[in-house]
Amino acid sequence: MDDSILTSILVATIIAGTPLIIAALGELVTEKAGVLNLGAEGIMAVGAIAGFAMAHQSGSATLGAIAGMAAGAVMALVFGILTLTLLANQVASGLALSIFGVGLAAFMGKPYESATLPVVPPLRIPVLADIPVIGPALFNQQALVYLSWALFAGIVWFLFRSRRGLVLRAVGESPASAHSIGYPVIRIRYLATMFGGAMGGLGGAFLSVFYTPLWVEGMVAGRGWIALALVVFATWRPVRVLVGAYLFGGVMISQLFVQGSGAQIEIPSQFLSSLPYLATIIVLVVISRNVNTIRLNSPASLGQPYRPDA
Amino acid sequence: MLPRLEARPEPSNAMRYASPLLAVALTLAGGLAIFAALGKNPLEGFRVFFLGPLKDVYGVSELFLKATPLMLIAVGLSVGFRANVWNIGAEGQYILGAIAGGGVALYWEGSQSLLLLPMMVVAGAIGGALWAAIPALLKTRFNANEILVSLMLVYIAQLIVSWLVHGPWKDPAGFNFPQTKMFSDSALLPMLIEGTRLNAAFVLALGALLAGYVFMNRSFMGFQMQVAGQAEAAARYAGFSAARTIWTGLLAGGAMAGIAGMGEVAGPMGQITEHVANNYGFAAIIVAFVGRLNPIGIFFASLLMALLYLGGEQAQQYLSLPSSISKVFQGMLLFFLLGADVFVNYRLRWSGGKK
Repeated sequence: MDDSILTSILVATIIAGTPLIIAALGELVTEKAGVLNLGAEGIMAVGAIAGFAMAHQSGSATLGAIAGMAAGAVMALVFGILTLTLLANQVASGLALSIFGVGLAAFMGKPYESATLPVVPPLRIPVLADIPVIGPALFNQQALVYLSWALFAGIVWFLFRSRRGLVLRAVGESPASAHSIGYPVIRIRYLATMFGGAMGGLGGAFLSVFYTPLWVEGMVAGRGWIALALVVFATWRPVRVLVGAYLFGGVMISQLFVQGSGAQIEIPSQFLSSLPYLATIIVLVVISRNVNTIRLNSPASLGQPYRPDA
Repeated sequence: MLPRLEARPEPSNAMRYASPLLAVALTLAGGLAIFAALGKNPLEGFRVFFLGPLKDVYGVSELFLKATPLMLIAVGLSVGFRANVWNIGAEGQYILGAIAGGGVALYWEGSQSLLLLPMMVVAGAIGGALWAAIPALLKTRFNANEILVSLMLVYIAQLIVSWLVHGPWKDPAGFNFPQTKMFSDSALLPMLIEGTRLNAAFVLALGALLAGYVFMNRSFMGFQMQVAGQAEAAARYAGFSAARTIWTGLLAGGAMAGIAGMGEVAGPMGQITEHVANNYGFAAIIVAFVGRLNPIGIFFASLLMALLYLGGEQAQQYLSLPSSISKVFQGMLLFFLLGADVFVNYRLRWSGGKK
């Protein structure tokens, strides 16, 4: 395998992992506040079509990304109203959001079926991009790739180094205690949920505006669910989300490996396409085997409704 | 003064049954609003979408045809949902049922045996149940989340059927379309009414509703699963096996979804294609909830969801709207139901401070 193939595999892995990083980090913040939003798939789908439609109409990929974020946040707001204000079951509401979001995206996307957008050129960072092999992979990338790293750093700082992050985690561990010392539990959960939604929407918009860049129904293809699994796999730690997302990115572009290896075997494309889903199952099995890993690491109030007694 | 939620002393039974009706009413109202927002006359939209499909006997038979897989899948899922076993992968189990049942039809092509159709039903049930056995095994053995595992298996099932109809099972005389041969007549479910497509799968669905009713309300295992869903600690204390609850819940859902998949390929489709699933596995989740996990409720909820499917087709034909508007309506229905359910346990108080 020569260097240029290695570089192109690295580039593709990082790009494929980026929407997962963005969506999974958003979901991580939501879950750290104790809210389990299983609607990630629907949020990403709506973010993808909203972003695509905006970019298509306005000609601006940046506006597309913003529209994706806004649409994701609105979807999460609906979820918040159901689960935080109306105290509906979070599992059922999340499923509803996914089913609704995928349907809504299909409906909204009909006029754009198979439409394409101009390819957004990568943002080259001088000097660093000239490093052999890894330079082009790390420093000649889509702007949103750099943004995903900034997001990662920001979230690590926020959750573990800032006072507000501490409050958010307290809300996720014990909403009753946080409420009793005067923190607005419901408002914090709303904000965390909407942040997660905005990131899910951005992840979706990344797919449709920067990655492919075209719209086809069903293009999110389970990435929202994989992002949810990544959060479990990462045992709610941002750095493991990052590592896991790139591992999955690598699995998703496995056909490049097959081509790069020069192997002459004929593998049905469907087999390679199924690898990310198989990998998700394997990863869940490995991480869940020890009951205590999940119990000790998940936010204690995850998925539990909370209603402060006024 | 803003209204405030106040906990009811005990859950309202009346509200439990009123809430699905309220959700339907809100969905209809939402539908009118959507038609208006899309620049269509709302009343005309309502007429086309909700009344248009039912204008003749054929239309009504199509309603029951579409409701059949939903009834089958939803009753199977509700066995698990009652015990908090979240099988979300019915869509995949449906596809495996279609592959297994259809595989029997293709393998014994042209067989005139009267056993062929019963074998296809059994194969469909086994195919679906095996696919559901994977999350059951991984949940009981490794504690892996059944929601995510069963969902991932949906995508894998779609790829398997895609591979089959593009590859080994492709009809050699099919002009390279990704589909299998048409099944022979002996492998097609008999029609119930001449001139319609309503077939024997509907009878199977009614049987499944009845069996589901007996299992959930009259059997000890059904009782154990209900306890497991409502009070896990009590179930554990009583010595009810959590593993058996998980296995029963998933296998019931998988087998029923598998039969539904078999019924589609041996019914209206007559062959296996890539688009065998039609989202029934996900729509049935909504049916199970709207039907209150109760076979009688599921019967009516299936008809309602089937109407939303048919309404979408009508809207495409007469209002030039994408048929995926059905999915928007279906999702709205579940949202409104979940929202309305708050009033089972809470009531509104308009006065602020006083108790």
